[in-house]
This record gives sequence, structure tokens and C-alpha cells, in this order.
Amino acid sequence: MRSRLHRLFTGGTLALTAAAALTVAACGRSDEAPPPPAAVSNPVDPATAGAITGLVTFEGTPPASEPISMDSDPYCEKQPQNRTETVVVGEGSGLQNVFVYVKDGLGDRVFPVPSTAVVLDQKGCRYVPHVLGIQVGQPLELRSSDNTLHNIHAVPQQNREFNRALQLTGMKHTHTFSTKEVMVPFKCDVHKWMSAYVGVLDHPFHAVTTGNGRFELKGLPPGTYTIEAWHEKLGTQTQMVTIGEKQTSDVAFTFKG
Amino acid sequence: MALRLYTRFVAFSTAVLIFAGGLVTSTGSGLSVPDWPNTYGWFMFTFPLEKMVGGIRYEHSHRLIASTVGFLILVLAVWLWRVEPRRWVRRLGYIALAAVITQGLLGGITVLWYLPDPISIAHAGLAQIVFCLTTAIALFTSRSWASAASQPVDDSMLRRLTVVTTAWIYVQILIGAVMRHTDAGLAIPDFPLAFGQLIPPQWDPKIAIHFAHRVGALVASALILATAGHVFYHHRRDGALVRPSALLLLLLAAQITLGALTVLTARHYVINSLHVVTGASVLVTSLVLTLRAHQSRLGALGAGTAAASIGVGRVPPERGAFEGGPAGPTRTGARA
Repeated sequence: MRSRLHRLFTGGTLALTAAAALTVAACGRSDEAPPPPAAVSNPVDPATAGAITGLVTFEGTPPASEPISMDSDPYCEKQPQNRTETVVVGEGSGLQNVFVYVKDGLGDRVFPVPSTAVVLDQKGCRYVPHVLGIQVGQPLELRSSDNTLHNIHAVPQQNREFNRALQLTGMKHTHTFSTKEVMVPFKCDVHKWMSAYVGVLDHPFHAVTTGNGRFELKGLPPGTYTIEAWHEKLGTQTQMVTIGEKQTSDVAFTFKG
Repeated sequence: MALRLYTRFVAFSTAVLIFAGGLVTSTGSGLSVPDWPNTYGWFMFTFPLEKMVGGIRYEHSHRLIASTVGFLILVLAVWLWRVEPRRWVRRLGYIALAAVITQGLLGGITVLWYLPDPISIAHAGLAQIVFCLTTAIALFTSRSWASAASQPVDDSMLRRLTVVTTAWIYVQILIGAVMRHTDAGLAIPDFPLAFGQLIPPQWDPKIAIHFAHRVGALVASALILATAGHVFYHHRRDGALVRPSALLLLLLAAQITLGALTVLTARHYVINSLHVVTGASVLVTSLVLTLRAHQSRLGALGAGTAAASIGVGRVPPERGAFEGGPAGPTRTGARA
């Protein structure tokens, strides 16, 4: 029994040492490094570029938008009432917050990466905007406009997960994604109701439907494309669309509830 | 006397800590404080109370309670080192200290690495070990342990039953931890049936782990009933065995009820957390029974000197010159 206890004690000490080493390793983890900018190849000729416009509608009776209880934080409780943003249907049954993008058809083109940051704000105890798109390597500015504590927690499958504290009003954190991924969910673990989705692509042809369900993909070279419409609850739909030189094609998606 | 009360307080505090940890998992608040060991850049103990909102309330409270329990166990280890004549009990104190420090580090790592399942499950499993250690220390320093030393139980069947039961309860808790941390708690949404049938008609990894937890509960229940039945039949006059057996049955009934309610309330966070801490209580109660059943063997390690630290009688100290303990530790045969 004594030797058994001795072995147990030794094992405990070893486990402690291993855990300490793991902690040091954990503390040394750094944020995702931006990928080196790829050389632009086969650029789009603006003289021949066309566009795809469209409408995403909801068919059926949309679920009622429910008020969100925000009483777990006195600051949030004083903000304008937030409502669920899962399915938002506007005028003409237009479906809002649908991420529409070119899924296939661009070939081996390499597009320039914008240096302008896309902003994802924590404002009024909600993410603004709820859905957005960004390019690989493009800065994503994460900020808090609220006078309360938020964390900003990305839970991607292809990119690296991160979780940052935004403890001061106006505090910012900039992140770049290294791999395309549709979609990267964001949450705030302090306030369970807060969520956002970011579509990360290797090209600029993406849009998010507005309140009337409309979208526009501009500057596309002539060709045939697979267009995908993604919705956080209703899933995805794809369509093949062909556009000629300086042509604008219209496409419609309908999600059923 | 003071040490005896203190060990009980430490064991109780460990249970509170496990409940607080259960709340963190049940509310999904594990990552609401992204940094560690600081909290949003503040030193843990200076974090403003008014900023404990939303998920931070659960996670930061868990950290504060964990730090307090860690300090309590540190004091316990030092106290045992100073006054406890039995070397193996002193060593249990050191092991408890090492375990709770490791537990704290695992908690930090799981936050910094975004709750990887293996680390989170290890954190849950080690929490039970810490609770077992603090409970065992409380038992070994108790008056009843010392007084029972002269009439140790000699029942090989009970010894085997209690070991198997305690080990299985621990395995069952680990299965529960896997279920919690892999988000399989509602993989089977109905109770007591599974999708309306005795055996799930469909399978995936989450359903399998959830069903394993239910089957494990049945096995644990059978083992507990067998153990308690054995005690009530063969040792009904031995209060040191009957009391934990009765408590074990009560806790088992509560635990099964809480498990059912966890599913039926779609994992209400308070019920879910009570299920966690009640499971831990079942484990340590079974451990107490196991240790009592094995007291005759532990006695060979110097259990007889237990009375020395609580002043029941008089025996020579295990160490030649008593290291820091009360002068003239005493013991006689105790209960007889």
C-alpha cells in the first residue's frame, strides 16, 4: 500500500509537470497569421464585366420574430429590444440575411485582396451585421460599441478558432482568415443570443440580401457560374447562371418554411 | 477536533466546486472569459463584481470557488503535515494538493484551447478524484474511523462488491462527462424509452454514448442495490456500514430522478448541475463504504494510529520523534 501510494504521488507530480508544460505551450499560441498575398492572375476586364442580380424570397408563413430576453446583463436589458434574427422576411416576402456567392465557375483566377477592413460590431448586445462576406487575407475588424463585456468567439471548421475579449467600449481586434469557408459562425459566450456568420471566399463575388431580399454580384467576367444562396436555418440552394459580356442576368431563389 | 471539522468543510467545499463547474458546462459559459488566469485582463480577485454578467457570472464564480478550494486544500496539506502522525494520510494530503493544482491547470488549458473534449473530460474526471481525496481524508481523520479500528470488518464479499461498485460509478461518471462534453445529452430525447423503444432504432456516436450512460446507470444501480443489500443483510448492526449504505440508496434515487429530469427538461441548467454533483456524491459515498470495508487492510498501514490525531487513546507515534504534532499522541483499541 505504501509503495502504491508512493507511485500515485509520483504519478500526480508527473501529471502536474505535464499540465504546467501544456499551459506554457497554450499561453504561447498566437493568432492566425495572414497568408502571404498571392499574385493576381487573369484579372477581370472591366470593359466586358457583367453582373448577376437577384431576389431571394420566403414561401410560406414565416416564423414570428421573438423578443430576446437580455436580463442576464443589466446593460443589455436597457438596450432597444432585440428580436431573433433567424428568419427575417421583409416586403414582397424578401428573405433577409441570405449569403449569395459564386461557388464555382471562376476557374484559376486569383483576385486582389482588398486592404479595406470589413467591420463586425457588437452593438446593442447584438452582432452588426448578422451576416457578412469577406475575402481570404482581408482584414476583419471586430469591435465593441457596447459598454459591457463581450467576447468574440469564432468557431470555424477550416480556419483556426479564436476567442478574444472586448472589455472596453471601442476596443478593436483585427483578424484575417487563411482559408475560404462558408460560413464561419461567431458567438458571444457572455450573451448567448448573440450570433453572426461570416462567409470567407477567395474572390470578391458575394453579397448579403437586404430587407427586400435583393442582392447583386457585380464585376463578373463573362461565363457560366454556380451561384449558391446560404441561409443559417433554411439551408442552401444553388443555380447555374450564364452571363455574357456586359450582361446582367437575373436569378431568383425561393426558400420554403 | 478542529482538523476533523476542517476536513469535512474542505470535502463539502469540493462538492460546491463541482456544482459550480456543472453550472459552467450546463450554461455553455466555459469560454465566456477568454483569458486565463486573468479575467478580461483583471487579476482574478480584483475583477469587478458588477461586471459579472451573463456567462461570466458562472465561469468567473467557478474560478473564484476553485481558487478558494485550492487554498483550502493547501492549508489542509500543511495542517496534515504538521499534526498528522500517519505518513500515508499526510501523503494523501500532498496528493490532494497536487491533484487540485493539476485540476486548476487543466481548467486553464481547456479555456485557452477552446474546450477540447479530451481536456474537458479529463478536467471533469479529475474533479471527482479531488472530491474522493478530500472525502477520504475527512474519513481517515474522523472519530468513527478511529473507533472502528479495533473491530475492522472482515468480509471479503463486501470488499469485492464495494470496489467493483465504486469503480463502476467512476466509469459511469466518466461516460457522463463524455456525454456532456460531446453535446450528446439530448441525443436520445425521451425517457425512459429511447425514441419510443427499449433499444434505439437508429445509431450515431452521440446516441451510442448517451445510451451507454443509461445502460451504465442500470449497472450502477444494480451494483449499489447489491452492495446495500449485502450490508443490510450481513452487517445491519454496524452503523458505520449501514449509514453510508442508506445514504447511497437515497442518493441513487435522487440521481436517477435528476437524470430523467435532465432529459425531460431539455437539460435545465440547475437540474443538470445537480445531476453532476449528486453523481459525485454517489461516488464518494460508495468510496466511504469501500474504505470502511477495507479498514482492516488499511489498518496495517497504521490506521490504528488514527486515534492519535484525535485523542482517543495512546499509542506510540508512527514517526520516532513526532514531527510538529501534538505532544504525546494517544490511542487505545477504540470501539471495543
